[in-house]
Amino acid sequence: MSQELRHIRVKVNGQWYEADVEPRMLLVDLLRDVLGFTGVHIGCDTGHCGACTVIMDGRSVKSCMVLAVQADGSEIMTVEGMEKDGQLHPLQEAFWENHALQCGYCTPGQLMSAYFLLSRNPNPSEEEIRKAIEGNLCRCTGYVNIVKAIKAAALKMSSSKAG
Amino acid sequence: MSKAPPEIISLYKQDSSALTLKWLGKPLKPKEDYRLVRGRGTFVDDIQLPRMTYMAFLRSPYSHARIKRIDVSRAKSMPGVLLVWTGDDIKKRMRPLPQATPPPARNAIDYPLAVDKVRFQGEPVAMVVAESRYIAEDAVNQIDVDYEPLPAVVDAERALEPGAPLVHEEVGTNLIAHVHYKWGDVDYYFQHADLVVEAKFHYHRFTGAPLETNAVVADYDERADVMTIYCNNQAPMEWLPQLSAGLNMPYPKLRVVTRDIGGGFGTKLINYVYMILAALASKELKRPVKYMETRTENLQAAAHNAERTCTVSAAVRKDGTVLALRMRCVDDDGAYSRHEPAGMTVWAQVSTGMYKIRALENDYYAVFTNKCPSTSIRGFSRAPHLFMIERIMDRIARKLGMDPAEIRMKNLVGPEEMPYMTPSGGIYDSGNWPEGLRRALEAADYWGWRKRQEELRRQGRIIGVGVVVGSDSAGPNMAQVKMYNPGLPYTGGTEGALVQMTPDGKVRVILGSSPQGMGHETTAAQVVADVLDVSYDDIYVQTGFDSFSSVYTMHSGTYGSRFAPIGLSAVYLAAARLKEKLAKMAAYLLKCPEGDVVIENGAARCAKDPQRSMELRRIARIAYGNVNELPPGMEPGLYSLAIFRPPFQNPDENRRANLALTYSYNVHVVVVEIDPETGMPKILSYTALEDSGRIVNPLIVDGQVHGAIAHGVAEALYEKYHYDEDGNLLNPTFVDYLAPTALEIPDMKVIHMETPSPFTPTGAKGMGEGGGTAVQAVISAVEDALAPLGGELGESHADPETILRILKGAARGKSEV
Repeated sequence: MSQELRHIRVKVNGQWYEADVEPRMLLVDLLRDVLGFTGVHIGCDTGHCGACTVIMDGRSVKSCMVLAVQADGSEIMTVEGMEKDGQLHPLQEAFWENHALQCGYCTPGQLMSAYFLLSRNPNPSEEEIRKAIEGNLCRCTGYVNIVKAIKAAALKMSSSKAG
Repeated sequence: MSKAPPEIISLYKQDSSALTLKWLGKPLKPKEDYRLVRGRGTFVDDIQLPRMTYMAFLRSPYSHARIKRIDVSRAKSMPGVLLVWTGDDIKKRMRPLPQATPPPARNAIDYPLAVDKVRFQGEPVAMVVAESRYIAEDAVNQIDVDYEPLPAVVDAERALEPGAPLVHEEVGTNLIAHVHYKWGDVDYYFQHADLVVEAKFHYHRFTGAPLETNAVVADYDERADVMTIYCNNQAPMEWLPQLSAGLNMPYPKLRVVTRDIGGGFGTKLINYVYMILAALASKELKRPVKYMETRTENLQAAAHNAERTCTVSAAVRKDGTVLALRMRCVDDDGAYSRHEPAGMTVWAQVSTGMYKIRALENDYYAVFTNKCPSTSIRGFSRAPHLFMIERIMDRIARKLGMDPAEIRMKNLVGPEEMPYMTPSGGIYDSGNWPEGLRRALEAADYWGWRKRQEELRRQGRIIGVGVVVGSDSAGPNMAQVKMYNPGLPYTGGTEGALVQMTPDGKVRVILGSSPQGMGHETTAAQVVADVLDVSYDDIYVQTGFDSFSSVYTMHSGTYGSRFAPIGLSAVYLAAARLKEKLAKMAAYLLKCPEGDVVIENGAARCAKDPQRSMELRRIARIAYGNVNELPPGMEPGLYSLAIFRPPFQNPDENRRANLALTYSYNVHVVVVEIDPETGMPKILSYTALEDSGRIVNPLIVDGQVHGAIAHGVAEALYEKYHYDEDGNLLNPTFVDYLAPTALEIPDMKVIHMETPSPFTPTGAKGMGEGGGTAVQAVISAVEDALAPLGGELGESHADPETILRILKGAARGKSEV
């Protein structure tokens, strides 16, 4: 069943990578298995769980619903790209502070969706937060501390900007 | 039935004198979270080994069929395909999986790949190992199987009828086990009751659906003749006998490893079937083999809970005192006994619920059906049992015109009776349950809601209030399996831990558990920090389980809410012994009488002369390297190993025994409103009170309460498996198996009481499964809403369709669903 390989380039967390991939390869498999970004998790095969969410060209996408060839030329951010100079992103800090995770499997996807939300809406209401992570299933936390952490991060980020 | 006898209490009582209470109870940031918020956990699928190969399965589309022929020739000839096996290939390589069931169910033949016959939809029929996962899945599609479909049995009660299709012909019946329990003079209480209330309830089928599915990497090292299995099993040691038998390898050659596990909720106990298959393939190919289950495979065929149907009768006095219960229950365990019928005894941990019920009789059956095998999903067996009790309490209250809170208050075990011995021999360790109920009612504004409910009902709104009590019985005594199979050599409930002060004065901790997000690295570090009075940051806890380095027993693992009562007790003991050894060394080094040595703030000092003190890291350096300075004859090193053993006993001839070490208590109060158009309940208010003994870390305890509530709400309102009459599972994906999102799970208020357990050295009790209290509470609230319309719920799942039927039926008169 092997098909002709396609040559693609993607920029992940600020660095360009090149790869030869089958046209049917999913973006999530490229990120995990070829490029080694194993923080991108796979939790389902139907696009429902959101564990594989990444930011692609400024928008959050489920990387199991995108073919690697569709990402050719794109700029992608994964959870591994959130830290700057060894400092946790305020969202990561807030998730840790509020214990917004237990097993940690959905966490990278939650962080990506929250990151996308705050990039569009720096002061979201609880309802807006819940809506923003609707596509990210969590089986451990009942979402309570995730919502709390995103609120806390938003507050911290907007106050540090204001200051 | 009454306060436990003093000799039993003193047998169970634990010494906690090594605690300093400086580090317990603090909301310290969990150690695990730092790697996980950066996406740097190590889950099985993150493990990449050189020359890795990938396994995939062909699964049965039928629930019950004879396999007439399998043609693997096309799959085998595909480039990149390394191995294709069917049941016959497996049969040549291993003996059937050992059965824990009594005869004749023990005659069932269970292989990880179907042999001759398939018994549930999704059962693996053939496996492929290939150079990539894509090729393996392509090859699976090239395997042809001829099936002869057979009539299926999908209803547990029908499975027991004569002439029902047999799941296992060699057993000769679908009955897995039958046990009759009778504790106390049930007949007397039923004869002397003012009234008898009877109902039938069904606890439905669902699963835990952890976000990470089952996964394994098996890596056979030919040179060392060692098989390493990286897995996400919750209790690898419980299954080592199966693995050892299946692979024909002794334990010292079999290394089973867990790292980060992406949730379990009980579903990951029976994934040993994948572990065996991957390991056999790795041995054959002499290459590592990886398997990552797809979500559809996981929901369809990995592990469901056992459904339970009970007819419950309660002998009651007019004043609301519940005297005795009589039950007949049938568990639907699915196609194979891979974990079940353990559920037919585990419920007995909380046989009479939280109440002073004097006697109980239960005629109990477990059966095979053509459905997915079952295991112990969060709240295992105690949750469905407490469901039966809490539902009948509501029915009794309604019959007597009592408030549901009032009847519970009347029957709750009182604080003066603790530790309380139940008719089945259970020993409830501590708590003030009536006070807990009072506080929960107040926090939820229960009486205010009752008033508002009246007003809103007059406006035509459909409002219900539910209040239930429950127990998270925890730290199981495995001897309970003897209640259905007296021959099983598996008793007690133990766990191991190693606490080592390394030569630099840091502390290394190794556990026997295999957590899936419960924060064991954090709470173990807190206990060690507390006992040794060293900094939390200086304690390093090994992630996960490794049978080549962990201190284990055959009970080791993470299930049954056992870490706080049993695992942390082992950690406490190991740390306390290390502290004693440090004190002995310090006494000699400081020339101080041993009784005067105080270990505090990372140093040892002499109480009578504070000038004489030494940092623990200096003692550690001496203990390993500058050994001539040690007391003559003293063994060098600072290793401390402990295995905690609660004083459990086997069930007596009447099957009476204490089956769990601790009994956390909870009260949930829920208010729902039902949309008359859609029938969908909306949760308006959710309050939970939890008393799980001493809280080691409030962040972790609250997280567990939130998670248990979310699962319970999901089970009650969203998650239910639907099988058709041919045994087809109609909702095996997240498209139609409705795992709730952040929009469905309500906000919740969690309050605490903190009654330390006298039976654990830390005072902590096991918790986190929630005892199904959330399911009970939501169903109770929905039924309360429907009660004026004459509707009653017979199941643990209230979907809008059922509710609409009641609403429509209300116009025509009383209805029962």
